[in-house]
Amino acid sequence: MPVAVTMPALSPTMTEGTLARWLVSEGDRVSPGDVLAEIETDKATMEVEAVDEGIVASLAVPEGTEGIEVNATILWLKAEGESAEAAPVAEAPRPVAKAPPPAKPSREASKPAPEVDYRGETVEMTVREALRDAMAEEMRRDEAVFVMGEEVAEYEGAYKVTQGLLAEFGPRRVRDTPITEHGFAGLGVGAAFGGLRPVVEFMTFNFAMQAIDQIVNSAAKTLYMSGGQMGCPIVFRGPNGAAARVAAQHSQCYASWYAHIPGLTVVSPFSAADAKGLLKAAIRNPNPVIFLENEILYGQRGAVPTDPERTVPIGRAGVLRPGRDVTIVAFSRMCAVALEAAEMLAGEGIDAEVIDLRTLRPLDRETIAASIRKTNRIVSVEEGWPVAGIGSEIAAIAMEDAFDWLDAPAMRVTGEDVPMPYAANLEALALPDAARVAAAARAVCYA
Amino acid sequence: MSRQSSKKRAGASAKRNGRAAANGAAPDSGRLLSWYRDMLLIRRFEERAGQMYGMGLIGGFCHLYIGQEAVVVGIQACLGERDSVVTGYRDHGHMLAAGMDARGVMAELTGREGGYSRGKGGSMHMFSREKNFFGGHGIVAAQVPLGVGLGFSHRYKGEDGVSVVYFGDGAANQGQVYESLNLAALWELPVLFVIENNKYGMGTAVSRAAAGSGLHARGGGFGIPGRLVDGMDVRAVHAAASEAVAEARAGRPAILEMETYRYRGHSMSDPAKYRTREEVNRMRRDRDPIERLRHVLESEGHAGADALKAIDAEVREIVSDAAQFAEQSPEPDPSELYTDVLLEA
Ligand SMILES: Cc1ncc(C[n+]2csc(CCOP(=O)(O)OP(=O)(O)O)c2C)c(N)n1
Ligand SMILES: [Mg+2]
Repeated sequence: MPVAVTMPALSPTMTEGTLARWLVSEGDRVSPGDVLAEIETDKATMEVEAVDEGIVASLAVPEGTEGIEVNATILWLKAEGESAEAAPVAEAPRPVAKAPPPAKPSREASKPAPEVDYRGETVEMTVREALRDAMAEEMRRDEAVFVMGEEVAEYEGAYKVTQGLLAEFGPRRVRDTPITEHGFAGLGVGAAFGGLRPVVEFMTFNFAMQAIDQIVNSAAKTLYMSGGQMGCPIVFRGPNGAAARVAAQHSQCYASWYAHIPGLTVVSPFSAADAKGLLKAAIRNPNPVIFLENEILYGQRGAVPTDPERTVPIGRAGVLRPGRDVTIVAFSRMCAVALEAAEMLAGEGIDAEVIDLRTLRPLDRETIAASIRKTNRIVSVEEGWPVAGIGSEIAAIAMEDAFDWLDAPAMRVTGEDVPMPYAANLEALALPDAARVAAAARAVCYA
Repeated sequence: MSRQSSKKRAGASAKRNGRAAANGAAPDSGRLLSWYRDMLLIRRFEERAGQMYGMGLIGGFCHLYIGQEAVVVGIQACLGERDSVVTGYRDHGHMLAAGMDARGVMAELTGREGGYSRGKGGSMHMFSREKNFFGGHGIVAAQVPLGVGLGFSHRYKGEDGVSVVYFGDGAANQGQVYESLNLAALWELPVLFVIENNKYGMGTAVSRAAAGSGLHARGGGFGIPGRLVDGMDVRAVHAAASEAVAEARAGRPAILEMETYRYRGHSMSDPAKYRTREEVNRMRRDRDPIERLRHVLESEGHAGADALKAIDAEVREIVSDAAQFAEQSPEPDPSELYTDVLLEA
């Protein structure tokens, strides 16, 4: 039986085309790959090739025909010795199976584990030491965990976070890399696909922009694109946000950049105890985690649990200071600013509740909304820029989850919408401080 | 899942037993025939994919491998089950050569539930943990550091697996390739870099994109040896790869630049104004890897016409079956939209 050659779709959007030129005529013998015709669309001229072998029985449309619909028969091929008259009438093209319009499935995300009160032993240590202990404990626990980055081994970390790791674990598990962020980030992702649990240190997150393609396109999306086959248990960690007097290229908060990406988890601790507990949870997490530290916090001290099985659940905010009149949410170093503002406000008779977000993706909507239901007012604080920032998301959550309880519009206190200046006075002006946070709190309290 | 139940029937026959590929020993008739079959399977599969694209059953980007079959078949014949493979978006041939099921690959092209990624990856993003095939990546050259990381994981775990990473002549100009070469050489990782030089990156001829004296020489500064290989001759590919894989396995990364050619457009919509039809016809007439092996099989008496006909019939049957499966497999359930974003912690 003759075989129909149909008008092909040559691009995802093509619905019809013009048969510009026939390159075969009746009686020609063709084999797979031979060019049969040229087709013109609004974008380009393209060739139609034979898929089967045979003899051209008839050309179903003359050269120059315009508006030929995709899947319409343009040519009949017959086998050797077959009669051409047998060319059947064109069948209607089979439609592609279409699923019924999707019923909207539930988007209920799995709830993070509750935080268990810790009553065990603690020791005073710095955030820096807490982070180091987290890595060391997880490396003792799981042979697949290794640390990689610039100056992490022999130099013991540009900010001394990896102190002592090389001595304990050796160069196989504590790897100095060349200055090659794009390359070693991709290498880490490949190693995670291969069954390891890399902890990749960026000297600061400013330099991770060289690697952001591997973080977003390879680490975050591959599980989805593989239908669940390709887990990527990797932690990207390092200092984020403004340091001091290092100017625009070295002072930037990446929280909202990464929080935008499905497939990533974004964590940014404030206290030493959370730094340890959250980093341990991040290393045990089966997904890529962006772990945003802060250089200025590295030297801050706090009581830190010593139990190596103690982790802090990802996805839970923490209440740093309970209060009744206004909610202030912050993360990382801005928690200190928010607490200072709360002290100022207390002196004026305003009782502020301060929440440490701790995880920026997924945000703990429940804790935020519950606090608004109590205080009816919310102010967000971040170092990052205002446009499409974390505060914008907080405002959206306030609207979506607690609109009926709001007594004032949500307010954002953010870094100024400029690259970070170098001059000491300008730098101070560019970052949120307690006075600005307190002013915002007064404003939403109409005080 | 259906793709598992059918894997025996429709997978490629490449025996992934590296040891059997003894250096230097001329491949016997059985091996030559299995390569012929595997190349033909890729060719017929791709032709059918092109046809199904034309029928609107496959959407988006679809990069066919027609003309380059000898590269992946020759290299895959040197690999064992412990080795891993990663490539770019022109990946259908690599998956078939890795022994992945033709049904699962075709059903992914049609975006159906029976596809390797359950319809969520498409032509450019498919994976098989079972076959150590790590994708299928859509960003030009992103697979190169990933492949070095896979080599790192083999070494770290004390296994003797090799990681083979395939990339194009266009990809060879990306900066991350050189970061990867440096890391692989510095850390003595078991990685084989295969540059599939098919003469063009989209519409840009290599000579308009790459400076220097050949892509295979680009590891020179890192102490990585490179060889130029006739990628249209599966026996030459296999011979070169046997040596290079053994080197890489010993922690000495290597580069093989395969001179090859793609017959079809870059993707499905390709105005083809950057090369002449005569050039394409000449390559197909004079250099075709399948015709070339067929000639060897016949002239050296490895196989008679009947054996070749039987292979032809078997391959056509696999491809028809895959196409039918890919058309009939349902679209993914709407609830799949929200699955596989994160693994349960
Ligand atoms: C980073 C990046 N830039 C551009 C593209 C668009 N693009 C896809 S394939 C391609 C050409 C690559 O050519 P080559 O590496 O020679 O591989 P081939 O297609 O010939 O197999 C381009 C520019 C992309 N996918 N990723
Ligand atoms: Mg190319």
